[in-house]
Formats: sequence, structure tokens, C-alpha cells
Amino acid sequence: MNAPPRGRDLGLMSCHVCRLVTAWTEEPHAVCPRCGSPLHARKTGSITRAWALLLAAALFYIPANVFPIMRTQSLSSKDDNTILSGIVELWRAGSPGLAVIVFTASIIVPMLKFIILGYLLVSVQRSSGFVSRQRTKLYRFVELVGYWSMLDVFVVAILSALVHFKILSRVEPLPGVVYFGVVVVLTMLSAMSFDPRLIWDNRKTSQ
Amino acid sequence: MSDTNVGNTPPQDDLPQPVVRKSKLGFSLIWLVPIIAALVGISLLVSHFMSAGPQISVTFLTAEGIEANKTQVKYKNVVIGKVTTMRLSRDRSHITVAIDLDKSASAFATKGTRYWVVRPRIGAGGVSGIDTLLSGAFIGADAGDSDEDQSDFTGLETPPAVTHGAPGRRFVLHASDLGSLDIGSPVYYRRIQVGRIVSYQLDKDGKGVSLQLFIDGPNDRFVTSDTRFWNASGVDVSLGADGLKLNTQSLATVVAGGVAFQDPPGPHNEAPAAEMAEYTLFDDQATAIAPPDGKPRYIRMRFAHSLRGLTVDAPVELLGMKVGRVVSVNLDYDPTTKTFPVIVGALVYPQRLGQAHEKLAKAVGGPDDDTMFPRIMSGLVGHGLRAQARSGNLLTGQLYIALDFDPKAPKVAFDASAKPVEIPTTPGDFDHLQEQISSIVDKVEKIPFDSIGRNLDGSLKELHGTLKQVNTDLLPEAKKTLQGVNQTVGTANDALSEDSPLQRNIAGTLEELQRTVRSVRAFTDYLGRHPEALLRGRGSDAPPKISTPSPKQGKEEQP
Repeated sequence: MNAPPRGRDLGLMSCHVCRLVTAWTEEPHAVCPRCGSPLHARKTGSITRAWALLLAAALFYIPANVFPIMRTQSLSSKDDNTILSGIVELWRAGSPGLAVIVFTASIIVPMLKFIILGYLLVSVQRSSGFVSRQRTKLYRFVELVGYWSMLDVFVVAILSALVHFKILSRVEPLPGVVYFGVVVVLTMLSAMSFDPRLIWDNRKTSQ
Repeated sequence: MSDTNVGNTPPQDDLPQPVVRKSKLGFSLIWLVPIIAALVGISLLVSHFMSAGPQISVTFLTAEGIEANKTQVKYKNVVIGKVTTMRLSRDRSHITVAIDLDKSASAFATKGTRYWVVRPRIGAGGVSGIDTLLSGAFIGADAGDSDEDQSDFTGLETPPAVTHGAPGRRFVLHASDLGSLDIGSPVYYRRIQVGRIVSYQLDKDGKGVSLQLFIDGPNDRFVTSDTRFWNASGVDVSLGADGLKLNTQSLATVVAGGVAFQDPPGPHNEAPAAEMAEYTLFDDQATAIAPPDGKPRYIRMRFAHSLRGLTVDAPVELLGMKVGRVVSVNLDYDPTTKTFPVIVGALVYPQRLGQAHEKLAKAVGGPDDDTMFPRIMSGLVGHGLRAQARSGNLLTGQLYIALDFDPKAPKVAFDASAKPVEIPTTPGDFDHLQEQISSIVDKVEKIPFDSIGRNLDGSLKELHGTLKQVNTDLLPEAKKTLQGVNQTVGTANDALSEDSPLQRNIAGTLEELQRTVRSVRAFTDYLGRHPEALLRGRGSDAPPKISTPSPKQGKEEQP
């Protein structure tokens, strides 16, 4: 297998901002001599950051699911719904399609992100060379799907802004939605801090 | 491979060298994020456990309006907990509601706390829980004052009328029936609402009703040990021998019923009554305010005549004083005389006689017990006391029992030891009238109208025959006679007419008579002046004094 040489092999690296090619360095706090931007061959502390943010997101995911996210108040009733109870209610109320969408956006997507990111991080740390190309695809999928989880947050935000008819009907956001938003943001940050180039860095050791 | 790569590597010196800055921290700040997340999570957990209060379960007969995870528990309209689950009891007779109380409301998980479901209620006393129409039912709570923990409660089906710790006092009323009263019915003092009825139940023996009422402070001090309570329910219309009576307390009591109280007039104990003091609930204000009746005595009367118009509760009066009331009117049968006497039972209150009763008791002497009343009655009956059914109201025909003294009444044996005491009776005044009328009717009946009629008929027939005879025989005769009479009268008329000879003769005769009379007068005049002429005759010297002596007179006197 005759792969093209990498910058590291040639002792070269480039600035991400001004594209100046400089000599290779492992020093994490190096800066570009021309523009002063941080200079690194891989994202600094990529794995650590990704882990930390992923862990924080997982922690926030618990209150996000336990606490109600939305209060629907009408003339005769007052409903506090968590994400799951909201889905159940939608299903029972005869809109299974909507329930599936909300379930996908609010439960499946975050869970997928936890699993995929966790798997990517573990595999990178183990310097596994297993299905590297597919793993990159997984990463792209995580990045793509990440912001769709905000669907729930947007629903709550829009409803509470629109449905404001005093005592007749009213929607209020509850603390759960804040935690949920934090989860989505943290997983996105985690995915962003992950450097997909690390997937391919195992080549040296595999050889 | 690395060799080739190295071979392609440009000289290191040509490349710009990166500037290296020393890290100020040896620790990656990114780990603060999960630490903060963990802290937030821990703080949430801690606050949850800190705020978690006791869990209790309350049983209700029905779960109407209660919803799990929605229905709140409120005290003074502050949310103190929430219903978490709801399930049917094993025997399906009631439901059990599990409630998570707030930490601050742990005092509500103690003995004596009452729970009830607040639903919209429309009662006679007003409308409550209107807000629950929109917000849904909630569970109301009222804490007791015990410190003993309790987690299983039995919910009330109706809201308690008095919340715990409200200033005021409770009292107990005894009544013969509930009337139109209900829980929440108002209690009035001088027509101001000062309390309400909080509960009622049948007495253990089922012979009465006990009501508990709550008088709000500070007005509870107006309830003294002498206070009289009466039922002020509705419109009190009574039609009796006393006439028509109509009385109301307030418009609300007309619909909802109510109780009023007042101290009796005159000197009485002004000290406020103790909590849970017991009173009698009178039927109306008049009987409530009246002096106490004392123990009622049962008397029985046997009337031999009909007592139409005598009803239960009709008054019994002694010399016009109302001393009791009729409690029963029953028919009896006497096999010896084969008659149906009416037995009237009545309750009399001897103490209503006041001083009279005391003096009578003193006069009779002896122990003041159950034998006292028969002994007094024995004395009074000996003096002619008799019961009489009298008409109290001619319009309605209501009767009442009058006890009156009739000195002329025949002596009657009175058994003082008999139970009940039996008062001898006399027929009523109306019965006298009846008797008299019936005796008149008897006499009228004895008149032989039949034979009188027959005789009269015969006489009339005879009369008819007589009249016929008169018509046929007598009348033609009479006609003839009348014609004769007519002729006679015509003749008489002719004779009496002016130009008839008879008339003329009479006129001449009368003239002659006139002259004769004149002569006689002249003669008497002469005799008056010359009485001797009777003896001696007429003297020559005596000139005739008569100015116009008639020739006839002279002639007559000359002889």
C-alpha cells in the first residue's frame, strides 16, 4: 500500500488561518510566526475536549428527560410534559407520525450521538484501524444530524412565544428544555472538538 | 518508505519555526464543563431530596375530578402537595389517592388532618368552589394540632364547615327532627349571622337529632348557659285554634333554613357557656323564649260525643291559660253502652301555671314527685274541674280542650293513683246547642202533619161545595134584591128633590114652627116681668113690649 506522505512524515505543518507552512512541532501551544494563530497538527486536546463535553452532555441528558419541558395551560387543565410523556400523549392523541418525529429528534438522535461519538473516541484512543472510512462517514453523519435535535427546543420556544392567550390557553417553557438545549449544544461542541483526522493516525502503528 | 519521504523533505532551515508559548496552566480547562454538569446534577438531586416531603394516602368514596399527577393539594389556597397515583381499593368500595406533600407541609401528615375534595358545590347556603369549574378539582387540607405522624387518612366527602383553629366555640343542640336544616345552615343572633351548623347525626336511640353548631368568635360570648335556640327555618305558617301565624327570620332562611338564638328576657346567667354545652332546639321563638315548661304530665279525657275539628297539637287551656297540647285523639268502644267514646290524650305543663302551681303544691303538701300531680288534680276535680271541647275558631271549626270549673257538675269519682290521670269531661257548649235543637226538632216531629193535612183537605172540599151552591143559588137572588134596592133608592131620590111637594110642606111646617117658638119666647119674657099674671091675668096697663108682635102670637096669648 503506497499512501501519499503526510506532513508529519515530511516534518511540515501549516497554519490553519494564513496557510503558512512551518516546520513540524509537537508542541501544543505553538503559534504561527506570521499571523499568531494557534498552530497545531491536530486539534489540541481534541479527544480530551470531546470526552469532557460528551460527559457533560450525558450528565445534562438526565435532568433533560426527567424534568418537564413544557407546560400547556388551558381553561380547564394544566399539563406539565416531559419529553417522553409528551411523545406518549401525542401517540395517544392520534398523531403517531408526529410522535415518531419528536421521538427521533429528541431521543434517538441524542442517543445516537452519544453512542457514535463514544465509539469514535474509544476507537481513536485504541488506535484501531478498523473500518476507518466508515467511521469517518459516521462522524459526518453525527455532524449533519446534530442540530436536528434542537427541534424540541424550537417547538417549545415557538409555542411559548405564540400561544399566549392569557387564561384561555398558554404554553410555558419549563427547566427541562434548558437542560435539553444544553445537551444538544454540548454534543455539537463535542463533535466539533473531535478531529476526524485522528481516525487515520493509526496508520503508522498499524504498519 | 520513510526513506523516500525523508529524501523529499525540504531543508528544515528554510522553514519558519513556530513560536512556542509556555502554557500558564497545566490543566485543561475543558474538564470544568463536565464538572459543572455534575455539580448541577448533584444540586438538582439534593434539592429534590431536600424538598421531598412525606408521602400520604387518602381514601375517598369517589375519584371524581381527581387526576394523578395533576390534582393539587391546597391549604388556604397554597399548593402543599400533589396527587401522584390513584387506585381502586381491593373491595372496590373506595379509592386511595397517594399524595406527595411538600417538605414544608410535613405538618399535614399528622393525626387530625382532614382532607376533602373541593368541587364546585351549589348548596342552599350558597355556591362554593366556582374556581374549580375551570381549574379542575383540588384536594383541600386542614391540619390538626396533633404531633403524631400519620400517613393514611380518610377523606371527607363534604368540606368541613369550620377550619381548625378558627376562633369560636362549638355547641350541641338537641331537636326532635332536623327540619330544613343542613350542614352550613346559618345561625343568627339578632338577625346577624354569627355561626353555622357543622354537623348533625341521629341520637343513638334514634329518638332525636343532635346538631353541632359553631359560633364564630367573638360573638360566641353571647351564648350563655341560659340561651335559647330555636329553629328559624323557612316561612313558619301555622294554622291552629290560635288562628293563622306567619313568621320568618330572613330571606336566606326561607330557602336554606337556619337557627336563631337569644337570651330569655329577665334576669339570667350572663356568663358565656362552656364549649360543647348542650341545648334544646325549640320549634319557634315563642316557645323558646317562654319560661321553661318543666316536666310534661300526661292526662287523658274521654268524650262521649264527636270531636270533629280537634287535632293533635290543639291547645289545652286552663281558664284561658295555655297549659298544654293534645297529643292523641283516638276512638274507643264501650261494649256495655255500645258507644264510641273519643279518648283524647294531652300533655300539660303544670309549671306554666307559675305561682298557682307552687301554691297548689304547697296546699297539697307531701313529697314533690310523680304523685304530686295526681293529688293536685284530685283536689281540682273535687272542686268541679272538667274538660270540655270548645270551638276555638268558628270559621275553621278548630276545637281546643278547655279545663274549666263547673260548680254544678255532678260529683265524679277521681282515681288519683290511675295512670294516666283521667280528667272527667262535660259536653261542650256547642253540644248543648245541639241537644236543644234536637229536642225542638223532636217536638216538631210529633206534630201530626198527616192527619192535619187530611182534615184540611176534607174541609177544603166542603168549602168547594158551599161555594158552588153560592154561585148557583145565592147569586141570582142577590141580583134581584139589588135591583129592588135600586128602585127604592130612585124613589127616595125623587122624594128628596128640591121641587118635590114633600120638600115644600116641610119648609111651610118649619116656618110655622118658627113663629110658634117666637110666641113662646114673648110669653116667657112677659111672665118673667109679670109673674103675678099667672094668677091675676094680664093687666091692661101692661103694654106689650115686643116690638113686632106677630098677629098669631097675639091671638095665642089672648086666650
